[in-house]
Amino acid sequence: MTDNPVFERIQQEIGGSDVVLFMKGTPVFPQCGFSAAVVQALSHLGVKFKGVNVLEDPGLREGIKQFSNWPTIPQLYVKGEFVGGCDIVREMFQSGELQELLHSHGIDAQPVG
Amino acid sequence: MSDETMAARIERRLQDSLAPARLKVVDDSHRHAGHSGWREGGETHFRVEIVAPAFEGLSRIARQRMVYDALRAELEERVHALQVRTLTPAEDAARRTS
Repeated sequence: MTDNPVFERIQQEIGGSDVVLFMKGTPVFPQCGFSAAVVQALSHLGVKFKGVNVLEDPGLREGIKQFSNWPTIPQLYVKGEFVGGCDIVREMFQSGELQELLHSHGIDAQPVG
Repeated sequence: MSDETMAARIERRLQDSLAPARLKVVDDSHRHAGHSGWREGGETHFRVEIVAPAFEGLSRIARQRMVYDALRAELEERVHALQVRTLTPAEDAARRTS
């Protein structure tokens, strides 16, 4: 599809795990409040996801913005599809749509605790 | 450099491109002082709530892209974070009565 190596890496990431979050920092140690908010929503639903730390790679940090045509981070992908950034994920979490979306893809998501 | 604040500029851009029924732009920069992306002088973190008929029938992603597109220059220049809430007039009305 592309010979851009960053786009290839992104394709591999979003194809390699059901739920992928491009974020600043790691799920255990987010380095941005907006990334932390998405981690929290996913964790609340007990969703297994892969965090990709864009701060480790400036090329990826810019590349993901072009790839998604979305200028901010975090960015959530489910089954290879872009779901949205922090505001959208938060709204969908609050309305129950996030859980629905995950279920529709056969991904376990139940409020924990 | 004009005297216009960044909040006013964001408001003007969104007024011009999306003709909102209601628009609120809040400068949240002071709440992020010292965090990554913050700069001396602030004007880096904003919150936008926008109600526009133009959002009718569009996904959340499509709506927010319209907002980002309108603010492309501002995002490149100094706006580090932009929280966005998009609503159609009908959604806004439903929210207010519920």
